Amino acid sequence: MRDTPQTFLLDGVPVPFHEGQTILEAARAAGRYIPHLCWHPDFPPHGSCKLCIVKVGGRHVSSCAMPARAGAEVESDTPEMNGERRALLQMLFVEGNHFCPSCEKSGHCQLQALAYDLEMMTPRFNHFYPDRPVDASHPDVLLDFNRCIYCELCVRASRDKDGKSIFALTNRGIHKHLVVNAESGRLGDTDFSGDDLAANICPVGVILRKRVGFAVPIGSRTYDATPIRVVAMQSEDGEGA
Amino acid sequence: MPDPQTASLVDEILARGERRPERLLQMLVQLQEALGYLPADVLTVLAKGLGLPRARVEGVAGFYSFLHLAPVGRYRVLFPDNIIDRMLGTPGLMDRMCRNLWLEPGHVSEDGVASVDTTSCIGMGDQGPSMLVNGHTLTGIDDARIDAICDRIRAGEPVGAWPAEWFRVEDNIRRADLLLDARLAPGEALAAAIALGREGWLEQMHRSNLRGRGGAGFTTAVKWLACRDAAGADKVVVCNADEGEPGTFKDRVLLTRLADAVFEGMTLAAWAVGAQQGFLYLRGEYRYLVEALESTLEARRSAGLLGHCIHGCQGFDFDIEIRLGAGAYVCGEETALLESLEGKRGTPRIRPPFPVTHGYLGRPTVVNNVETLAKTCLIARDGGEWFASHGTAQSTGTKLLSVSGDVARPGVYEYPFGVPVERVLRDAGAEDTLAVQVGGAAGIMLAGYEFGRHIAFEDVPTAGAFMVFDARRDPFEVARNFVHFFAHESCGFCTPCRVGTGLLKGYMDKLADGNGAYRDLADIEWLDRLLKNASHCGLGSSAPNPVIDVLQKFRPAIERRLRSADFQPAFDLDKALERARQMTGRDDAEAHLSNSPEHS
Ligand SMILES: Cc1cc2nc3c(=O)[nH]c(=O)nc-3n(C[C@H](O)[C@H](O)[C@H](O)COP(=O)(O)O)c2cc1C
Ligand code: SF4
Ligand code: SF4
Ligand code: FES
Repeated sequence: MRDTPQTFLLDGVPVPFHEGQTILEAARAAGRYIPHLCWHPDFPPHGSCKLCIVKVGGRHVSSCAMPARAGAEVESDTPEMNGERRALLQMLFVEGNHFCPSCEKSGHCQLQALAYDLEMMTPRFNHFYPDRPVDASHPDVLLDFNRCIYCELCVRASRDKDGKSIFALTNRGIHKHLVVNAESGRLGDTDFSGDDLAANICPVGVILRKRVGFAVPIGSRTYDATPIRVVAMQSEDGEGA
Repeated sequence: MPDPQTASLVDEILARGERRPERLLQMLVQLQEALGYLPADVLTVLAKGLGLPRARVEGVAGFYSFLHLAPVGRYRVLFPDNIIDRMLGTPGLMDRMCRNLWLEPGHVSEDGVASVDTTSCIGMGDQGPSMLVNGHTLTGIDDARIDAICDRIRAGEPVGAWPAEWFRVEDNIRRADLLLDARLAPGEALAAAIALGREGWLEQMHRSNLRGRGGAGFTTAVKWLACRDAAGADKVVVCNADEGEPGTFKDRVLLTRLADAVFEGMTLAAWAVGAQQGFLYLRGEYRYLVEALESTLEARRSAGLLGHCIHGCQGFDFDIEIRLGAGAYVCGEETALLESLEGKRGTPRIRPPFPVTHGYLGRPTVVNNVETLAKTCLIARDGGEWFASHGTAQSTGTKLLSVSGDVARPGVYEYPFGVPVERVLRDAGAEDTLAVQVGGAAGIMLAGYEFGRHIAFEDVPTAGAFMVFDARRDPFEVARNFVHFFAHESCGFCTPCRVGTGLLKGYMDKLADGNGAYRDLADIEWLDRLLKNASHCGLGSSAPNPVIDVLQKFRPAIERRLRSADFQPAFDLDKALERARQMTGRDDAEAHLSNSPEHS
């Protein structure tokens, strides 16, 4: 794509963009961080988590999906937007069962890291305490559905990169959940492999490799040392985990 | 592996659908009808036959509330649960049926014969109490009818053999205007539009200033023009007959009385944009209309109004296929509808791109409401300016209203846009009216001081619902019912709506139980804001509307439910011990905590 001299304003500072870039992509290319969970640089935007919401001309939009427009005034790192993002994180926390102190992903988890970064102090809302069984049927990988945030990165990675379609979502609303590609419903009965991209893309602690638990001690993990707003901008894949 | 008989049924259904993945939902609907539920091994065979991952088939089957992955009994009974149905007495009727059949709501009877549950509005708010049995609509239910139905269920008589008058749906047209009075002959409007040429026809549409009747009020001519000008020759016209907005049933009446005009409107759209393929996406609740609609289509084909060289016009080819939904309100949202048409989960898409450029299977697509399309026939026959001379400057023509609730004459009323709310109330025989919910659950609740307002896009816009509540009713309960509806119908794609509607439901229930506190109102208002601002589609962003209206206009209805405390825990200690009490078979005073709200 050819460079064009177009810019928009992100929190008052000009950000250049090419035609076709989204607000989040352009911001990132200019070294500006906008929080995100379901967005990943190697995939088209998904638009489900809504952590990337920004205000453009008074309207809320998902910056990961919204094409940048010349002259637009985008508000992102403001108390108002961060307050709404914090509430969305609180929703994700109360919807599942997140017991961070006993979670193998603690310190590598993007949900937890964002909660720290956005200073989420309490869950505020009532917990749903859903009943979500764990699937330990696969020799190399454990599925702990209690922590799923439905970003569908595993779905997309398995379908679009691994060519396997191991994962899909079923049911709807608050009852929505992941299923695997087997009549038995067990991961062990699929052709899933620990080397699949889908096995290594979950931003939270659902898809976990067996036998490497706690190899890196809690306290020396990715986000223990560096906040997600820094890690996300350093790493090539936008994850850091 | 399914037994040979089931396997050959799957084969037959696969063949009928030409093994096309976009027909997946239709195949699931047919299998559900034939088998009563969708067994795991059937999904495996179906997935293989379509060349789809099994997980995707399971994902689709699990999305729609009329499809079942576990047995639900040979008789599947559903009572609609909209506030209007509740006012008509469905909870009592449902209760009677459950006692009669010895079963619990939401569970299959022990003998596997029947199950009874609730469903969202089925578009029968003007028919007295109504219900669905195995997808068949029954109206005018009372205690005696419930008993008679239970007898037949116990006798194992197929629903098809029950008395025909049990299934009669009246049109209840109470006021006819431009459209309902039009007496359109099939082909009349089409002949006029063909005579005008594609350009001339679009010009008439522009002059009419017709705006969409499905809710958003987008100018139809602008939509058609964008689709016509979009890249790609294989354009599509979709008629949105999902009519899921609670309290709306005017499209049902149009599809019953004016099916020809609806199909002709689709053909007029095809003429304007150059489409060859059309779909009528019909909500599963209106399954009973399919046979009549199919025969109307057949008659139109025979008359040369569909198919090749329509009306003898070389190069004008267009045909229409009916596709059924399966119980999902969100599929009325046009991009979720397109996903569903493609045989997928009804999840709204990211926009842009819009359907006019990237719609069904990525092709340029016009999606219009049933009423919008029917009205284009008037414009073709009588001219754009004539049409625009009715209604108001910004809202031309007429609007069909589905009037239900506390009125003497529920039914469909057609008025020129601009009609005052109080006029509708008077005509329908409403007395002592406390509130009117215009536009369905997603619409607006009007209080008495607003009854002078006008039905029009510039004042009180509506997709057609007009639910009336008199002074006996409690606006808080109306709002709570709608919040339950949204939580049930949320597709679950985005965080604010998936979680937020559930949380909002929890707060409304807490208030209903008498455990609310002022702190809860602050949380409710905060949730309202998040839903409005951050939701991915109109379902989530309109879900808080009823709550916001009640908070603003009927605040005492909420405040009287608050306990004086600033904070009341949502967690009820005594209730939490219920399981333990059940397990130990105790219910004595010692087994209760005295500090819980119910006992203090
Ligand atoms: C949650 C939701 C449900 C909807 N349901 C319907 C519906 O049942 N029927 C309908 O015509 N439009 C419905 N709409 C509006 C459609 O998205 C779309 O705007 C409409 O079909 C366009 O047709 P029109 O321009 O003729 O109104 C719904 C929108 C939302 C957000
Ligand atoms: S398992 Fe992980 S990657 Fe997959 S949807 Fe859930 S959170 Fe996303
Ligand atoms: S707002 Fe609700 S219905 Fe719409 S996409 Fe989000 S979860 Fe689905
Ligand atoms: S990052 Fe944009 S919606 Fe999730």
